[in-house]
Parts: sequence; structure tokens; C-alpha cells
Amino acid sequence: MLLLLSPWLAGFSLFFAYPLVMSAYLSFNHYDLLSPPRWVGLANYRYLFTVDPQVWTAVKNTLWLIGVMVPLQVLFAFGIALMLARAKAGAGVFRTIFYLPALAPPVAATLGFVFILNPATGPVNTILGHLGINGPLWFQDPAWSKPSLTILAIWGVGNTMVIFLAAILDVPRHLYESAALDGAGPLQRLRWVTLPTISPVILFAVILGVIGGLQYFTQAYVAAGVASGQASQAADVTSGNLGYPLDSTLVYPVLLYVHGFSDFQMGYASAMAMLLLVVSFAVTLVIVVNSRKWVHQGSAAK
Amino acid sequence: MRRARAAVALLVLLALGAAAVTAAAATRSSSGPEKLTIWVGWQARELGVFKSVVAEYNKAHPGTQWNVVGNISDDKIVAAIRAGNAPDVASSFNSYDVGVYCGTGGWIDLTPLMKQAGQSFSQFPPATNYYTQYGGKHCALPLLADDYGLYYNKTLFKQAGIASPPKTIAELTADAKKLTKFNPDGSIKVLGFDPFVGFYENTPERWVTAWGGREQWLDASNHSKLAKTPGWSSWLKWQRSLIDWIGYNKLVKFQAGLGDEFSSSNAFEVGKLAMNYDGEWRVAFIQAEHPTLDYGTAPMPVANPKRYGSGYINGTIIGIPKNGKHQAEAWNLVKYLTMNTHALAKLSNGLRNVPSTTASLTSKELTPDAHFATFLKIFGNPYSSTSPITAAGVSYTNAVQNFATKWQAGKVSNLASGLSSLDKQLDAMVKQAGGGGVP
Repeated sequence: MLLLLSPWLAGFSLFFAYPLVMSAYLSFNHYDLLSPPRWVGLANYRYLFTVDPQVWTAVKNTLWLIGVMVPLQVLFAFGIALMLARAKAGAGVFRTIFYLPALAPPVAATLGFVFILNPATGPVNTILGHLGINGPLWFQDPAWSKPSLTILAIWGVGNTMVIFLAAILDVPRHLYESAALDGAGPLQRLRWVTLPTISPVILFAVILGVIGGLQYFTQAYVAAGVASGQASQAADVTSGNLGYPLDSTLVYPVLLYVHGFSDFQMGYASAMAMLLLVVSFAVTLVIVVNSRKWVHQGSAAK
Repeated sequence: MRRARAAVALLVLLALGAAAVTAAAATRSSSGPEKLTIWVGWQARELGVFKSVVAEYNKAHPGTQWNVVGNISDDKIVAAIRAGNAPDVASSFNSYDVGVYCGTGGWIDLTPLMKQAGQSFSQFPPATNYYTQYGGKHCALPLLADDYGLYYNKTLFKQAGIASPPKTIAELTADAKKLTKFNPDGSIKVLGFDPFVGFYENTPERWVTAWGGREQWLDASNHSKLAKTPGWSSWLKWQRSLIDWIGYNKLVKFQAGLGDEFSSSNAFEVGKLAMNYDGEWRVAFIQAEHPTLDYGTAPMPVANPKRYGSGYINGTIIGIPKNGKHQAEAWNLVKYLTMNTHALAKLSNGLRNVPSTTASLTSKELTPDAHFATFLKIFGNPYSSTSPITAAGVSYTNAVQNFATKWQAGKVSNLASGLSSLDKQLDAMVKQAGGGGVP
């Protein structure tokens, strides 16, 4: 039994338990990666909550993503899945088309979007210009950088969409039929049949989306580097441009990265990571507890 | 129970196997020359130049065979030192991070080695000696230096009827406006001068040198005093007024369409930018990428005429990571690269970086070049200066840059109070980097 479990046990202790315990320990230390950790008690947390001027900006950016990007992601994934479930001809083709973006590596996808949305040379603003519309500065404008990232995220909702599609196709047909017999229209069938039946899947998508939002890093990192025009200097100072423009893409994990891997303050970065862990845990807990009110738990729960 | 024991045995076996592989990797290469590694930040053409100098060294020293790895950044160096597989010699573009390497002991102190070799630090100019040490430890040496000056496009100057490069900030502003051309739709066609912080080499620490030297940063007790130094607010106000004249959004859009700094579509090289503040290395890039460009170089225009001729200095640093097994061989290479006039002159000719010893500055081996000579003069100017080295490393100047980008976007309503809260932030950062709020 233990032998069968050992790969998992080894993986769990090596890649989960050990790093978790270590970062909890390091968060109470001054640790610059090169000299041995030195116990500083709550100093890192004090700096985190009372001094670091960028933490609040980073928290606000991450909250924006969770408040706007994640709901839109779930909504679009659900909407596309609904349409695909109804498609008769060419369903397979559309399914592939909508799923394909999810296969693009995040770095490549982000690079592509920054180039396509380049306000001076990108095709989107060129086309908008021909239509007489003065396009926004997209990734170069602090008001537009997060919406641009949101467009990128919606474009890549393929994974969630496939899960929704499977759930929708799995709704028993007889429920629709009996609802139709009772005189329910399409909207009512969606509200009273589809939504309750797939509600566990919605819960799953929301939780994954929120956790993904809390850990959102790659796209923000790449977009800031490329949009600020500094990405070509692999070996030069790039950390100065993270969050570009004007800290608008400085999400919490990016700030954590800057402190840990550019400023080499691993103790402080660990304190930030512990806070992220606690918040992720709390948010998930709130959603799960709250979900008892709206998630259909199957016939046994009735 | 037996199964559990079997599992434990298997894990132990796996661990032993892994250890054996690592050990084998560490002890191989017993015959032939000692294989050693040096990491540098250079890449592409510049990496080739550096490799050619190391190849000469390898030929002259058959006992050791140095392998050059390029495109290295500080996080890679730090990670490698931690993991215990650091290169024998490491070099970083970031003199700012000397506070990290010396302060933590990540790079060994070179003072005893210098003494043993009968070498003196006085062969390096004072500014370079300043940015190669921290906390009483001299853990790095300068491997060529960078200084910054004004590049100007002579063709565009002629078209605009400007005879000579600007010497003061007022002249710079007037010329920048004269040289800027707009398209019919109002967008920028050619920009006279880009005052935007964050663009190419535009950083606060380089520009503020036009107002004063390192004395503008810290007071006697090493506290930040940007709010109390008139140079900072004058620089910020000037920079902002030029941005306002051009139009912030126009400028952002124009910049988004420009080529990458380190590519042949660099905006100055292709004539989209009439004047640019850049490092001395650009001379070699233009030579390689746009040899027909008609341009000139000059010191940066200054606010105080007596400072004309000076500029900002920093540079590549080189050191020996701790726990290396070949520190004697490593020191021999570091000595050669940083103090041998022939090596420095050859590197300088290829990279067009400033040779970093006083002797090599006047070496006969240096290929004369009028464009490059400007930067040799800036390097020797007594007012040339660098920015403070602190325990916070590169995040110190990053924080200043972060403030300046907010300011230029109009997000700082009161400059004086903004600067004094920046001062507080910088002090808090240094304290935190030095070990938190604990005494």
C-alpha cells in the first residue's frame, strides 16, 4: 500500500509540504538567499502591512482581476458552451475553434496580444483608425492594461468552456421535456433546469477561476515587459518596468516575484506568500460555505 | 510492514543514486586542462568580443580552459551561488547589486588578494571604486565602465539649422522642440528628444547628474534627501514640462511603435529620434548596424555650466562567487580581465565600453574614434558621478524611477510632499533590506 503511495508521498513532501513549511519559517526571517536566514520575528509582516507602498496597489490590481476578469471568464465560458451545445451543423468545428486558444502557451499568447494591440503598429488600431475610431493605447495605458489582459483571458477560456459543455450535454433530456410540458420557455428551462443541474460545475469553475486570479502572474509579467519595450534586454535591469504602465499590471504575485527574485528578499517574499495562502484559503472557504445555498447537491441532498 | 520497509529501501536507493550522479559530475575531468566557467551578461555580437579575449587568455594559460556563458542576469547568479553550482567567475551588468553581493558575502572580498598580488585599488577611478564595494568589503572589480552622453543626428540638425549640440538644459529644450516634427494627424513623426522616464536608457539616476552628483542623494546619516535637494525637483519639473509640450499620450503611442533598444531598429539609429541620451556602447552598435549614420556625440547638457563635460558612470562588475573550488585560477583570470591593459584595450575596442583602469584609458592599443573619445573624456571629468550603493540593490533606483513615472503621468499632485514620502520609503526599504526593523 505504502509502496503504491510512495510516488505521491514523495511528491507531496518534496514539492508541497517542505516548501510550505519552509516558507512559513522563512517569513519570520531575514533571508537574502546568500547568507543564512536570521530570525526577525514579525518584522516582515510589519513591513508588509504598514510600510510597503506597493502592496496595496498590488492587492487592488489582483482584486480587480477577481472582481472583473474571473466573472467574465466564467460567463463567457458558459455562454459559448451553451451555444455550442445547441449547434447542430459543424459543432465539432466550432468546438475546436473555441478550444484552440487554450492550447497557446500563455507567454506566446500574451506576446501576440501585445503586438496585435500595439497602438502605433498593431492591426487592431489600424483597422479602428480606418473606421474613424481613435483606438485606445491598450497595454500602454493604465486604464486599459487590465481590460486588455481580460480580453486575453476571455480568448483563452477553452478549458472551462469544455467542462461546461460536457456538463450541459450531461443534463438529462427528460428534465427539459417535463419542463417543456409544464410550459417552461427557453429562459425558464435555463434558469430552472440547466443552471441547478450544472451548479456543481459552476462552483468548480468559480473556485478555479478565483485561485487562478489570485495567482495570476505570467501574462501580467510578460505584458509589462514587452509593452514597456524592455523585454529584449534579458540581462539588464528589467524589474524596474514590472507593473508597466504605472503599476497597473503590478498584481500581487508579480510584486512577490520582484521582492523575492529581483530584490533578493526571500524572507519578505515568503511573508507575502503566506498572506496569499491565507487569503486563498479564506476566499475558497467563503465560496464553498456560501455555495451550499445555490449548488445542487444531487438527489441525495434533497 | 515489509512493504513499508521495501518502500523506504527504494527511496534510499533513489537518493543514493542521485547523490552518486552529482558526485560523479563534480569530480570528472581529471586529465587535460582544468575546465572552468565564467558567466557574463553580454550576448550576440558583444559576447563574441568577450569570448575572443578569453580565448587569448586560454591560449596563454594552457593549464586552464575557460568556458564563457553569456546572457546571464543577477537572479541566475544568486540562484547558482545558493545551489552551490556557481561559476568560478561571475560578472553582472548591475553595479547597483554590489550591495547584495558584498553585503551577503555572495562574492568573496578581493582586498586580501589585491594586497597579495601587490596591486592597488587606486589604479581604478574613484567612481568605479565606489560601486565595486559595499559595507567595507571590496567584492568586485570594474570590468570596463559605462558612461552616458548625448547622441545627436547631424543630418536632422542641419535640416533644423542647428549648428552645434546643446550644452545647457535650456538649449536642449529649445533644440528638442525645433527638431520635433508632427504628422498631419498630429502624431509624432520625428522626436527631437525623448524626456520619458523608462524609455531606453532614461532613468532618474542618470539624468539628475545634469543637476549635481552623488551628494544629491543621501545626507550625512545616510538618509535619503531627495525632497531637500533642489536638483531633483528642477529635473522633474523640466522633464514634465517637455512631456507636456509634446503631449503625454502622443509620446506613449510614438514610443510603442519604436523598435527595441538593442536591435538595429533602435529609434536613434533609424532617425526617428534626433537626440538621445545613451551609453558609450551605442558607438559600436551604430558602427555594426548603421555605419552610414551621420551623427555626433557630446556630453549631456547640464543645468549648471561648470558641470558641462561630466556624466553618469556605472558599469559591469566582476567577482568570484563564494565556495568556488578554483579561486586561485579564478583570481588569475579576474586580474587579467580587469587590470591588464592589453585585455582592457581589446575589450574596449570591440565593445566600445570605457576601459576601467587609469593606465588603459590612454593605452596606445585603443583604436581612436572621435565618437568614442567623448565618452573617455566624460569618464575622466571630475564632476562625473554615480548613484548610491545601498543594501536594497537595484530596488533603490527602481523606487525612484517608479515615482518619476507617476510624476510624469500627472499622478503626483504635490511634488514636494511626494518627494518627501519617497524619501521615507527609500529609508524604509534600506532598513528592511538590511534585516527588517530589528536593531
